Amino acid sequence: MDLIVEGFKQAIILIITGDELVVEATLRSLETSGLAVAVAILIGIPFGLLLALTRFPGRNIVIGMVNAGMGLPPVVVGLFVAALLWRSGLLGFLGLMYTIPAMIIAQVIIALPLVTGFTVSAIQQLNPELKYQILALGATRSQMLFTLIKEARLTTLAAVMAGFGAIISEVGAVMMVGGNISRQTRVLTTAIVELVGKGDFSRAMALSIILLTLTFAATYTLTHYQQRGTRL
Amino acid sequence: MKKSFVVLLAAFVAVLGFVGCAGKQVVSSKPEKASENNKQMQSRIVILATTTSTRDTGLLDELLPAFEKKYGIIVKPISVGTGEALKMGERGDADVLLVHSRQAEDEFMAKGFGKVRKDVMHNDFVLIGPKNDPAAVKGSSSAAVAFKKIQREEALFVSRGDDSGTHKKELKIWDEAAIKPGGPWYITTGQGMAETIRIANEKQGYTLSDRGTYLVQKNNIDLVVLLEKRGDLLNPYGVIAVNPAKYPKVNYDGAMKFIDFITSEEGQRLIANFGKDKYGQPLFVPDYR
Repeated sequence: MDLIVEGFKQAIILIITGDELVVEATLRSLETSGLAVAVAILIGIPFGLLLALTRFPGRNIVIGMVNAGMGLPPVVVGLFVAALLWRSGLLGFLGLMYTIPAMIIAQVIIALPLVTGFTVSAIQQLNPELKYQILALGATRSQMLFTLIKEARLTTLAAVMAGFGAIISEVGAVMMVGGNISRQTRVLTTAIVELVGKGDFSRAMALSIILLTLTFAATYTLTHYQQRGTRL
Repeated sequence: MKKSFVVLLAAFVAVLGFVGCAGKQVVSSKPEKASENNKQMQSRIVILATTTSTRDTGLLDELLPAFEKKYGIIVKPISVGTGEALKMGERGDADVLLVHSRQAEDEFMAKGFGKVRKDVMHNDFVLIGPKNDPAAVKGSSSAAVAFKKIQREEALFVSRGDDSGTHKKELKIWDEAAIKPGGPWYITTGQGMAETIRIANEKQGYTLSDRGTYLVQKNNIDLVVLLEKRGDLLNPYGVIAVNPAKYPKVNYDGAMKFIDFITSEEGQRLIANFGKDKYGQPLFVPDYR
């Protein structure tokens, strides 16, 4: 119990004094996971729309894979990405191992199925007649797609929250492909692992509290807009 | 209000992106530039595969900034067990290794994976265990004798089990004691030294640790040192440059600069003084002569 109380105190002190490790790890966590979730949104939402609105052979298999991918173990993703990016790997010539882009690649792979899967179910929950109604009102195809996404915004926002929450709190993959290098690839989660290893529990606790606050703040902002949009 | 949703989504993405980019440091490598630029970048980066003990004691935090400042080379330290570090070297995934398992290092060199190997420093292993010492190992005439007592009493022993340098040392002692450890009294964690010490502490078992990691954890645990400062518990660290003849991509030049630095007077002095202020004794003894 002391540890938690002490951790809170430490957390506040570290934030106020702008402790170098705290600032560095926090900004890098936001950068990495922010960019990763942005990429996942840019690919995942259109892909989810496509899966929800079209019929093609093998569609069920693809959706099945997306749904299974929602539970991808991060450490497995990390291992696969590492195997590709190591110098001895297929993409080793890119020199991406132990860099932020490597961490973003791994996190996009983790977040993408979540964003895609949530989008598919969001669109499919809508009344199937809606699509034709919108088109009948003279909307272009892209206007129709936008309107559908807007109609399904509650679940789509959940997709973004789930994706962001999953990757900012993830440690296995970023540790493996990022290497937790100070001033380069150290993020909040890997810094916590390192501090625990060093026996520096109070700072580890402080970083944990910052991570929790950050995740909550991001999710709360989205929830706020999501709930404002409900009509029930 | 519905329109605001799309705006919000875009804004969320943009804010996260911007916040992130603002935090980007000058040193953060951006290998996505031109490929020539890329090559130049790569020659300024050295991947150091090393053990958890050099990270958990904080030694790397002391050595690397001094080296980076002096040579303008960025070191990427990857802290794994000695076994995994040597594997990374065998695959050419690391440029330079700082490890502690003399036998495995010699094999690595004999197979031609390493080009240069130098002694760097040593500390020693300590056998730690519960205060009441249920197997009465304190004052044993050798590490092997102590291990025999632990096995005879079937007192709990916590092993790294991760093919690290410490694990290799532990297995060597069991070997000397002519014991094949196993059974409910012998558990393996598969984790780093700090985690293993904490598990041994929670379960009140014996474990073998390097002195450095033990000293760092000392204030968090109840376990005490039961066997120490013996010739058969010496823990020497070596530094190895991976052979560029095997892997042309390896940054041999950078690796040699790191070896020159760590065996230089300046590097050896940093090692000799490291930990004095915090633990009242140095954690490592420089070895290069």
